[in-house]
Amino acid sequence: MGVLLLLLLPGHLPDAAAQSLTIYSGRSKALVEPLIRKFEQEHGIRMNVRYGGSTQLAVALLEEGRRTPADVFWAQDAGALGAVHRNAMFETLPRELLSQLPEQLHNSEGTWIATSGRARVMAYSTSRVDTALLPGSIFGLTDSQWSGRVGWAPSNGSFQSLLTAMRLQKGDDVILQWLRDMRGNNAQSYINNSAMLQALAAGEIDIALTNHYYLFRFRETDPGFPVEQTFFAHGDAGNLVNVAGIGMLKTAGNKDEALAFMKFLLEEENQQWVTQEVYEYPVLEGMSTQAVDTPFRDIQELSPDLDLDDLSDLNRTLDLLRRAGLL
Amino acid sequence: MLQKVTYIFRKYNLPSWYFLTPAVLVGLFVLIPLFYLLVRALEADTQLSMELVFRYRNLRLLYNTLLLAFGTLVVGTLIALPLAWITTRSDIPGRKILTLMGVLPLAIPGYVMAYALLGFTGANGTMALVFGLELPRLSGFTGALTAISLYTFPYLYLNFRSALAGLDPSLEEASRSLGYRPAEVFFRVTLPQLRPAYYAGTLIIFLYVLGDFGAVSLMRFETFSYAIYLQYAASYDRVYAAWLALMLLVLTSTALVVEYKLLRGLFFHRIGSGSEKKTAIISLGHWKWPAYIFVTVLVLLSFVLPVSTILFWMMQAFDTQQLAGLQRALTASVMASAPAAVLATALAIPLAYIGVRHPSRLTRGLERVAYLGYATPPLAFALALIFFTLNAVPILYQTLTLLILAYALHFLAEAIGPVRTALYQASPRLEEAARSLGYGRLKAFFLATFPVMRSGLIVSAAFVFMSAMKELPITFLLAPVGFQTLAVNVWSYTAEAMFSQAAPYALVILLFSTLFVGLLFAREWTSR
Repeated sequence: MGVLLLLLLPGHLPDAAAQSLTIYSGRSKALVEPLIRKFEQEHGIRMNVRYGGSTQLAVALLEEGRRTPADVFWAQDAGALGAVHRNAMFETLPRELLSQLPEQLHNSEGTWIATSGRARVMAYSTSRVDTALLPGSIFGLTDSQWSGRVGWAPSNGSFQSLLTAMRLQKGDDVILQWLRDMRGNNAQSYINNSAMLQALAAGEIDIALTNHYYLFRFRETDPGFPVEQTFFAHGDAGNLVNVAGIGMLKTAGNKDEALAFMKFLLEEENQQWVTQEVYEYPVLEGMSTQAVDTPFRDIQELSPDLDLDDLSDLNRTLDLLRRAGLL
Repeated sequence: MLQKVTYIFRKYNLPSWYFLTPAVLVGLFVLIPLFYLLVRALEADTQLSMELVFRYRNLRLLYNTLLLAFGTLVVGTLIALPLAWITTRSDIPGRKILTLMGVLPLAIPGYVMAYALLGFTGANGTMALVFGLELPRLSGFTGALTAISLYTFPYLYLNFRSALAGLDPSLEEASRSLGYRPAEVFFRVTLPQLRPAYYAGTLIIFLYVLGDFGAVSLMRFETFSYAIYLQYAASYDRVYAAWLALMLLVLTSTALVVEYKLLRGLFFHRIGSGSEKKTAIISLGHWKWPAYIFVTVLVLLSFVLPVSTILFWMMQAFDTQQLAGLQRALTASVMASAPAAVLATALAIPLAYIGVRHPSRLTRGLERVAYLGYATPPLAFALALIFFTLNAVPILYQTLTLLILAYALHFLAEAIGPVRTALYQASPRLEEAARSLGYGRLKAFFLATFPVMRSGLIVSAAFVFMSAMKELPITFLLAPVGFQTLAVNVWSYTAEAMFSQAAPYALVILLFSTLFVGLLFAREWTSR
């Protein structure tokens, strides 16, 4: 019993003397751990990372309020960053950091910056789909020839961002109708993109609405993975560039370290790493994007015009998903 | 003072205060999340809450949830009962290994089992690629049922096993001597005595299925817990999720009441000495082959399949660099899971004790309340504890202590069943005898009852340890910053489609759980 009490008493007290930085990361460990370790070595700053879903961590931040131990919040999508921003928990970032990025890659009030980008694509089976028949618009997927053949992930943050963008472009009524038509056309729901792409390869579906980088990751271990991907026509609502981003909390105790980390993430070498290793797009101009086939600028042109802050209006989107019976 | 308290307790025939106090404390702790959910749920205006509660979709979720829960019970029983009998009563060779095989599927995270089954079937599946046999791809009800049954049957199995091992053999001997055939002995004498164990296992499986998220989400079968997860994962609005969680709690409370009614009036302890008498081993005879086939198929599906899937992932792209973070993750997992297993088992003793030895509305109620911690959706449980610790004991926030407490309280329900089963079999006479010799109640308990309960306690600790090793949502929200368990790593890599990087972590969960369970059973085997 005494041993038990001893085990229970000591918590993990942060080491006050050493320089440290506490990150809440909605980006999964798989994508960021090497960068974090590299920063730790180069700058001698101890990194404490809490990983979780972007939304869950945003909720945790809201629940913790001023008492949060986090210095920075690194999220997978604009929606989660927007939620923290709207609760006035983010500090405004210095101009010299913001000016490193094109204007559309930080929010207008300058409380968070994008660290990498990703594109929405239509992935399809190479053996069961005739590319000539692929629709040029995401609205073409409600056609009866695609009945039961399309997969999507309604609970996924990236998909919801896409829906938000579609809403802003076409209006809520059109999107609600589209959701209902898709459901009526027997679209198959998946919990995440990896599971969906496996189902696509396994023949459960023939088309999947997903992010661009999953295919590259599957190809890494299985070069013959029987899937290809493409964009919709220029300017179609189904194309969207979404970003992962990072913001610093007002209550942060280690602001210098936090800013150093943000600057580190925008260094060319590290931006290049993101493209080559996890197949996302660099946010700096002039990087090689060979690993991901298409230059980021081309994709930004394909995608409809949007302000990143707009993507954080998630509540209406969720409401539509519930009304369509998808959540 | 102490004597006076003890006197009052005796006068009103209450359980001893040193059993009752911890039980009441546990009950209060477990109720914290419930308060939190109520607070959140009542934030909605009445009209909105009505809309949220009376949705047609909820009815469908209810139907799916119940269908899956009862389906899993049926399949689980069909697997666990024969296996328990074979491994305790028959002369099949390798019973120890088989016993281990009956426990280990518990160590496999639900989503890994689902990925394994999914990767096995379908056009691009292992069966199709390696053997040219294209199995229909599992999904929906069949998929969820197969996956969940394959890793939850051990709950029933272990309950059955400790009950069968601890049954008083004299009853069976007596009935045989009265001319019953072996099958009659089993169905008319043995089976009825297994009821407390069956109810305990059933309850856990039922509650587990109601809360499972990993397998149902990958198999795309929509249940309450799936819907709750989607709400929490997708939205910042915690109101709808709170309503769904409360609805789920109503469902689980019903299950708890039903189990209570079924359990009432069951006493199956031995009347004679507390020392165990060896039960007779029955020769399988011509039943040997069906038994072999049954056991082989079971082990192939529930253990070999997921393990070879993990190994397959690992071989796809193995890189020694991946092993770097492994040791840290293992330390983190064990540092949280092992104390949680011990604590949960320790807390289960007073709860089960007062429920069994002082059956009354109060004690039974307390025992049931402890199950509510298990029934509360883990994400809601974690958010509630954040809310509570920050407002009441901020010093606890983001400590290992809080994580261990949360694990112990959440998984307490898994520990109660086996402890209770063991208590039913330990005769109260022994304790009374010890007390008549002048020992106090507590001392009498530790001298007379505790040693008899050992195998039950081992099972409890094993349950909680393995569940904590693969736990995700609570770990995400309550672990100290920088504290990443093995399970968190597995989840993180699989969600990013980096299966080969996930594999070593999943493998270590399995290896370590095997080691832990092996160690626990080895103690039991050597002490026999």
